[in-house]
Amino acid sequence: MSEITYIQAITEAMREEMRRDPSVFCIGEDIGTYGGAFRATAGFLEEFGRPRILDTPLSESAILGASIGAALMGLRPVAEMQFADFVTNGFNMLVNFAAKLHYRWGAKVPMVVRLPSGGGTRGGPFHATNPEAWFTRVPGLKVVCPATVHDAKGLLAAAIRDDNPVLFFEHKYLYRRLKDESPGEGHVVPLGKARLARAGSQVSLVTYGSMAYHGTIVAEEMAREGVDVEVLDLRSLVPLDEEAILATVRKTHRVVICHEDTKTGGFGGEIAARIAELAFDQLDAPVLRVAAKDTPVPHAPQLEDAFLPQPRDIRSALLRVIGV
Amino acid sequence: MAKFKTSGSKDLARHDADFLIGLYRDMLLTRVTDDRIEALYKQGKLVAGCYSSRGQEGCSIGSTAALRPGDVIGPMIRNLGSLLRHGLPVTMVLRNYLGRATAPTKGRDGTSHFGSLDHGIIGPISMLGALIPVCAGAALAFRMRGEPRVAMTWIGDGGSNVGDFHEGLNFAGVLRLPFVLVLENNKYAYSTPIEYQTAAKDFACRAQGYGIEGDAVDGNDVLAVYQVVKEAVDRARAGGGPTLIEADTMRMRGHAIHDDAKYVPRGLFELWEKRDPILLFRDRLRKAGLLDKARDEAIVAEVRARVDEATEDALAQPLPDPAGETGEVYA
Repeated sequence: MSEITYIQAITEAMREEMRRDPSVFCIGEDIGTYGGAFRATAGFLEEFGRPRILDTPLSESAILGASIGAALMGLRPVAEMQFADFVTNGFNMLVNFAAKLHYRWGAKVPMVVRLPSGGGTRGGPFHATNPEAWFTRVPGLKVVCPATVHDAKGLLAAAIRDDNPVLFFEHKYLYRRLKDESPGEGHVVPLGKARLARAGSQVSLVTYGSMAYHGTIVAEEMAREGVDVEVLDLRSLVPLDEEAILATVRKTHRVVICHEDTKTGGFGGEIAARIAELAFDQLDAPVLRVAAKDTPVPHAPQLEDAFLPQPRDIRSALLRVIGV
Repeated sequence: MAKFKTSGSKDLARHDADFLIGLYRDMLLTRVTDDRIEALYKQGKLVAGCYSSRGQEGCSIGSTAALRPGDVIGPMIRNLGSLLRHGLPVTMVLRNYLGRATAPTKGRDGTSHFGSLDHGIIGPISMLGALIPVCAGAALAFRMRGEPRVAMTWIGDGGSNVGDFHEGLNFAGVLRLPFVLVLENNKYAYSTPIEYQTAAKDFACRAQGYGIEGDAVDGNDVLAVYQVVKEAVDRARAGGGPTLIEADTMRMRGHAIHDDAKYVPRGLFELWEKRDPILLFRDRLRKAGLLDKARDEAIVAEVRARVDEATEDALAQPLPDPAGETGEVYA
């Protein structure tokens, strides 16, 4: 098996699903001739042709709206937002149209929206946000945030096969940094099953996306110093593997929640609330959250680093929770 | 200013009598159903809004008549006639207005806010214009599968200023999708007249900006609407791309039933009352010898009986049970 990157895993998933199922197609800006801003669909136009690889006008709302219409007619669109930030231009299509269709009149909307998201790339206020929490509170949408090469492939394959609108938040920082052996053909990871990234006994780090990557590195470092951290990678926020969260709480009795999104209104608050509601008696310490500061994402490296949660922030929160 | 196309006696002679009578009957069915919804509201049997399509029946029936089975429509709130003409039973509309458990939305959404893929209907959402990209997407699916099907939706003079109008038409235009958009210029968006909506002199001219066909028709001349839309539908089906059609009409009620439309200048309703699409077409059929008094009375009686039966059926349906409500948020 050859080694592939996180973004190559995304490409593999799309290519395999398109070969397997003629109803799958890709739609977005610059995805055909150019192969996508991040090259996720490089070579697709040559293999699958137009209109299955559909370069569109610069129209996020039309891309998402047309995906809904095509999905209602039985196709399986995989729509690319060039950057996750631009999904705001199509917000209405997702939260009012796609999300409510099955509830309102029973229509299936099998569509995936791929959202290159996240910071660490000096993208600034409009090319580096993590907008997943906007969508976790919209019943009818699914929200997926892969943190590994295998999950990038397996979760995307599952998302494409899902009969609901799935928002797939890819992390740009991980695109070419993460490398692993390809999981091979037909690798599918079910939505809603968390991944135990590292088993530990003293404290739990509940996380997802880029912070699952950074958090695991922190946990390995701390293990060498004698602190045994369990890392739970949620993989998907909707559906949420509540059982896995409760299991780790019952195991370590101490929890730090970490995400790259800003703190206020971030998904960490929801996780903390569920732990308080369902496992308060299991806690030996208050639940802490590590997240980005409540500001827009700054551009300059010095400012962005100060904005984003850093490994040292994760480490100090873990130590605080275990009372060191 | 756009010249609104009309139909004449030669046009009437080109179509068979059953088809023409069908247009009349379906407009009447729309009017009687609309009136029934209003009556149910006044009786307190129906809650929330009633959005009348009174005066615009010619737009819905004429345009939908241009479609074939298998074509897909995305009706707006004032396209009750399109739902009925495309094959949806009257009772399903009434059940949804009445919030019944057996309605298309099982009480989860009201009015004509529903779709039915079995009937080729994509339901609207309240955000105007959203149906335009969505129906263009349906047309895209037809194109991808090589199916000779057409998607059609409607918008108003007000809704045509929303961004999705632009994105959707431009998208349909650049891909030359089998898509038709009927813009019903009914003069008011809630209380706002068209001169506060746009500085443009007409709406059909917007087609030029997208490199697509544009046309304009007298929306209260049901046969003219049919002919103009049919040409667009045939062109779309043949691969000739989308069309924007402006239909000149008038909203004869307020935005919804709570709205007395006092903001409409005195005399405007009276003026348009004389151009009622149903009465105009009935007179033409009468004069052409296609409809005598007895046949007309029989049609009116048949339509009333259908709506009475549907009302009885809808009112007999169970109300939703919150205890049994599972949500079905996800497929």
